[in-house]
Amino acid sequence: MHLDFGVVARSLPFLWQGFEYTVQLTAIAGLGGLVFGTLLALARLSSLRWLSNAAAAYVNLMRSIPLVLVIFWFFFLMPQVFQTLTGAERPVQIGAERTAIITFIMFEAAYFCEIMRAGIQSIPKGQVYSAYALGLTYGQAMRLIILPQAFRNMIPVLLTQTIILFQDTSLVYVISATDFVGAASKIAQRDGRLIEMYLFVAAVYFVLCYTLSYMVKRLQKKIAVIR
Amino acid sequence: MHVFNWRVFFEELPGGGEQYWQLIVSGVGWTLAVSAVAWVVALVLGSFIGTIRTTDRPWMVHLGNSWVEFFRNVPLLVQMFLWYFVIPEFIPPLKAWIVSTDPANAQFVSAVLCLGLFTSARIAEQVRAGIQSLPRGQRLAGMALGLTQPQVYRYVLLPMGFRIIIPPLTSETMNLIKNSSIALTIGLAELTFRAREMGEYTFNFFEAFTAATVIYLVIAMTANRLMAVIERRAAVPGYIAGGGK
Repeated sequence: MHLDFGVVARSLPFLWQGFEYTVQLTAIAGLGGLVFGTLLALARLSSLRWLSNAAAAYVNLMRSIPLVLVIFWFFFLMPQVFQTLTGAERPVQIGAERTAIITFIMFEAAYFCEIMRAGIQSIPKGQVYSAYALGLTYGQAMRLIILPQAFRNMIPVLLTQTIILFQDTSLVYVISATDFVGAASKIAQRDGRLIEMYLFVAAVYFVLCYTLSYMVKRLQKKIAVIR
Repeated sequence: MHVFNWRVFFEELPGGGEQYWQLIVSGVGWTLAVSAVAWVVALVLGSFIGTIRTTDRPWMVHLGNSWVEFFRNVPLLVQMFLWYFVIPEFIPPLKAWIVSTDPANAQFVSAVLCLGLFTSARIAEQVRAGIQSLPRGQRLAGMALGLTQPQVYRYVLLPMGFRIIIPPLTSETMNLIKNSSIALTIGLAELTFRAREMGEYTFNFFEAFTAATVIYLVIAMTANRLMAVIERRAAVPGYIAGGGK
């Protein structure tokens, strides 16, 4: 067997494009998922029965089926949804890359919801009562008192979930989107260099994720004292 | 609007003979088979790695930590490619076997190794946490009774540790079943693979994906119930909450 890692060097610009998409997808899905996840968490904790039940059903459904199947579902449903929204004559194709962004926002929202719910529930009840006693409305109490604290307490968990998200985005491979893994696998198949390419990809992911989770661990130790 | 056609499951495949519901059932079979074998691999290896991480031998602890870090920090999809495309190239007998055998066998073995080792790292983390959550007195009492270190683990620490980690082990089992769908990227014809295949043949994607979703929900709920039964049976009276449930 003859290994030639030159193939990696030759295809770096294309791999970098894929990597940029991976980072972009992680960032957008992370932020979008956090926003929707927080809204979902508020819905789950709502005293309105129908609202909390609907949110719980959504979260449990998303967490019970494989991400690959969720990606297939959205890839199939998105064109139809956009057709209905825009009133177009035929299903609207939005491409694998954009489908992936919507899918990951919706999927991550379910996981971020559970994290934010735990965060909100970790805030002492007295905080809520004193906010209301001061005359704040529900929206003000949440925005100014509860959510900032819940968010800060949950930062390490949120970051860990983001690292998992960063790894999970590689699954857009199944709808042929060109993320980092997708770009590598396209080159690998074109040049017949699967071994070199996949070893390189594994090494890059390992170094990045190991460093990031090490930093999260340090951060966790640092902010644990403040509480 | 889309017209539902649930009778599509009883239509025959283009090749003839089989009907679509049989295709889905065979997919469920592969999903369960891969998950079950990988679960055994993961539990055995994970228990071992998790245990050595709590010993007082630094090299054992480092070995265990490296194992966990490696499998945690590479995406499962990439690990799947490594097991299927890369590792056999470095082991000539394995390569020879893969070339000669039915592709389904090679995919099955790669998927089991990949999922088994990936999950073992996660179980190792739970086993370590379970053992470390026990009061120090348990280990010391075992040693005071004259037990050797392996005996302390065998008779004192592991039986208690395993009972503590049953709930996280349950969610790990469900993760494993969900993760087995990633084996479709190396061509293993498990449930998600079959659902997509049926969609492509019939254009009834909605029906096919709904069937797969419902089946995953049923599998998850069954696994959940099963583990709850085990948790009740294994509970130590008066020790861990959950026995009373």
